[in-house]
Amino acid sequence: MTRTQIRLIVAAVIACFVVAPVVLNPFSITLMNYIGIYSLAAIGLALLTGVGGIVSFGQAAFVGIAAYSTAWVSALNGYSPWLGLALAILLTCSVAAILGLVTLRLQGHFLSLSTVAWGLAIAFLFGNIEGLGEHNGISGIPPISIGPFALVESWQIYFLIWAIVGVVLLVCYNLLDSRIGRAMRALRGGNTLVESLGINAFQIKLVTFVIAAFLGALSGWLYAHLGRFVSPGPFDASMGIEYLMMAMVGGAGSVLGGVVGAAIVTLLKNSVQDYLPLIAKGASGQLEIVVFSALFILFLQRARQGIVPLVAGFLPDLKLSRPQPAAPLPHREQPAPGTLLLKVSGAQRRFGGLVAVNNVSFEVRSGEILGLIGPNGAGKTTMFNLLTGALRTNSGEIAFAGRSIARDQQFRIARSGISRTFQHVKLRPRMTLLDNVLLGTYSRTKTGLLAGALRLNQAEEASARYEALRQLERVGLGEKPFELAGNLPLGNQRVLEIARALAADPTLLVLDEPAAGLRRQEKLKLAELLRSLRADHLTILLVEHDMEFVMSLVDRIVVLDFGSKLCEGGPAAIRGDVRVQEAYLGGVA
Amino acid sequence: MTADIAAILAIDGIATGAIYALVAIGTVLIFTVTRVIFIPFGDIAAFTALTLAALDAKQLPGTVGLVVVLACMACVMEVTSLVRAGDLRSVPKAVFGYLVLPLIVVGIVWLTMRFSPPMPVRIVLALLLIMPVAPLLDRIVFRPIADASVLLLLTVSVALHFALVGLGLLFFGPEGVRTEPLTSLGIEIAGVQVPGQTVLILLAALIFSGLLLLFFDFTLLGKALRATAFNRTGARLMGIRPARAGTIAYLLGSLMAGVSGILIAPVNTIFYDSGFLIGLKAFVGAIIGGIVSYPGAALGAFGVGILESFASFQSSTLKDVIVFSLLIPVLLWRSLASQHSEEEVEE
Repeated sequence: MTRTQIRLIVAAVIACFVVAPVVLNPFSITLMNYIGIYSLAAIGLALLTGVGGIVSFGQAAFVGIAAYSTAWVSALNGYSPWLGLALAILLTCSVAAILGLVTLRLQGHFLSLSTVAWGLAIAFLFGNIEGLGEHNGISGIPPISIGPFALVESWQIYFLIWAIVGVVLLVCYNLLDSRIGRAMRALRGGNTLVESLGINAFQIKLVTFVIAAFLGALSGWLYAHLGRFVSPGPFDASMGIEYLMMAMVGGAGSVLGGVVGAAIVTLLKNSVQDYLPLIAKGASGQLEIVVFSALFILFLQRARQGIVPLVAGFLPDLKLSRPQPAAPLPHREQPAPGTLLLKVSGAQRRFGGLVAVNNVSFEVRSGEILGLIGPNGAGKTTMFNLLTGALRTNSGEIAFAGRSIARDQQFRIARSGISRTFQHVKLRPRMTLLDNVLLGTYSRTKTGLLAGALRLNQAEEASARYEALRQLERVGLGEKPFELAGNLPLGNQRVLEIARALAADPTLLVLDEPAAGLRRQEKLKLAELLRSLRADHLTILLVEHDMEFVMSLVDRIVVLDFGSKLCEGGPAAIRGDVRVQEAYLGGVA
Repeated sequence: MTADIAAILAIDGIATGAIYALVAIGTVLIFTVTRVIFIPFGDIAAFTALTLAALDAKQLPGTVGLVVVLACMACVMEVTSLVRAGDLRSVPKAVFGYLVLPLIVVGIVWLTMRFSPPMPVRIVLALLLIMPVAPLLDRIVFRPIADASVLLLLTVSVALHFALVGLGLLFFGPEGVRTEPLTSLGIEIAGVQVPGQTVLILLAALIFSGLLLLFFDFTLLGKALRATAFNRTGARLMGIRPARAGTIAYLLGSLMAGVSGILIAPVNTIFYDSGFLIGLKAFVGAIIGGIVSYPGAALGAFGVGILESFASFQSSTLKDVIVFSLLIPVLLWRSLASQHSEEEVEE
């Protein structure tokens, strides 16, 4: 599919939505209105859960805060609904920011459990605050007015709702295709990956969380003024899981999935309400939730991917054009060959009683390839983690380019010019090669959230895309920049990681067992690539097991054994060293 | 607040805490063995209370219908998967385990009911009837996705809770129940009147957690369960089937939840949907113990009970808000205290 074809489809869909109120009966229009309102909350959740990997059961609480805010402003105090909107957004986003600051450092299921907790706590509040009508709710909410026109009829507010949904979809697509959006899409790869790219993972999580709450706020505001009545019921825990269901059924990874999911769940719910009384008289209200939960469980068991990605799989691929030459991104000045770049002095790391790295000191000089080797359990990986900030030293000093980094967070170390790769490849398999490498340019670009969402910084984006393509070509993967990273063989995945690291324009490249699991041919090609990087004055530190690979490649070697440095020197000297032979082979016959 | 009131609140809190502790221990048991955060345990407790109330009123409890429906579903699923795997020889055993055994339990209850059995027998019947529910749900809902991430299992578990609440209304109806007290005696400790029911609750909590401890330490089955909790793959290599260990964990957990339901029924009015709050509060206790430690979970549950008791004295409407808000600092403290490896990645 080309971009023109997509624009035509979008135009046709918009035309359908414009004509719909003329064709549809009032009941269907009301149904459409609710679908639109739920879509907004579900899109927020699709961003948070599907894209960011944070499963939240609390979205309904955000919708509720907004609905109650605007009800309080407009029904109880008689101000304009637009003032209600302002308060709804302000309050919802503030609550989200505070909750996010407190809870987003939690990991995995602990984070999700916390959303259950505050979701419930907020839902209980609605029913128990005297000023908010307790369990009776607030009625008499005025309709939204645009100028002198009050949106009383359901077809009138229909246009407002779906215009907002349309704008939100567009902005979300832009956002996900921008610098911050790519960082959001990387979140599911885990903190270590995200931070290694110079991205402050916590900040990105917080931003995603607040955006989700913001969309919930829009939904809640419209909800209050559509139904003209709010009560605690529609914002309780079961609605929280219904939103989650909408986002996941639609296809949690895609924002359009939010709309599709909201439509399916709402229509299904409607028909369940129509037909259940025929089967079981009297108990239909509760059977509804049984049927729903059962369907959701079945869905989670059988088709976790969701509908939109499933359908998209059958559509022809979007034809994307290769990035064109553009102004280069800012470039770091490489230090003169031979200057001291990294200095580790007396580094020590203990795990309980075990000293994994004990008083290790070595230096890396600009323009060299240094190999860090040692038998299993020698402390190589721990040393590597200390260098990149994944672990803290217990004592000792690590200085990079004359500045101490021993206490820095991972993303700060990455930004100061140390790029790394991973022993177990950490790529985003569902993102293209180009997007994966674009992640590397994060620390060299500046586009903020709004600029990205509104496509205001296309010049920088073009430069970043061209830079990413250049790095792909540099490592020999420039042929198919729009291939999905998950489709590459392991050897090329490692090379892709190197391209991503290079896109950050590092002074020091640290590679964690780059040859592990590679075939001989792939190893030779990798060595060739690393040599060409050295020729470009890049400094490389590699931790490696494979002796042949190391010996033929590196300038100097540091040998670790049982956490301590055994010796260091050129490959020939190390090969002849009796202590090294003893450590590796258990004594010389 | 005077010292007297504080003492009464504390005693009340300890009693509530003991009930939460039983459910919390069950939750920890299930989580460590199967990695499922089994939110519906509170529902199991509430269903037990409703079952007992129905037996007291000489009615056929709704649990009978629930067990029969679940047993049929589980049996069909198990047989289908066995047939697909070509393992026809195991079919009779599966039919016996998943269909006949639960039906025998139902039959026993049905027959015994005709003789208007005394209270202790009714309690045993209620427990017998509730015990198959969680293992059957495990077979139907969790077994097909046993290897999924903790997060997905949690999502399914939350959905399952809502399904159970709906089924609860269907099988038990909307009326609340309060069973007759197990004892009317009371004792006086240091000038404060302690109801016999409270003493009973505490004793039961101690006895059942003690029994569980003995089971883990002194029986081969208990050790197999601990091994599965510690390392599933390792346990499998030693010939322990994780699925079977899961079933046993669910049975034991249901017993704990069932006992707590029976203990709470004379104190609080129980509705079909009362389980959610019991379960979640027990769960807050379990999280305080990091959902891996039994003593931690029990202590946490007592803490929640006492907090709830004092919070309801201050503001009865906001006590739940206070209890659930407490979870956030606790979670934060837990996550800072424990070293996490890299989180699971799911595509």
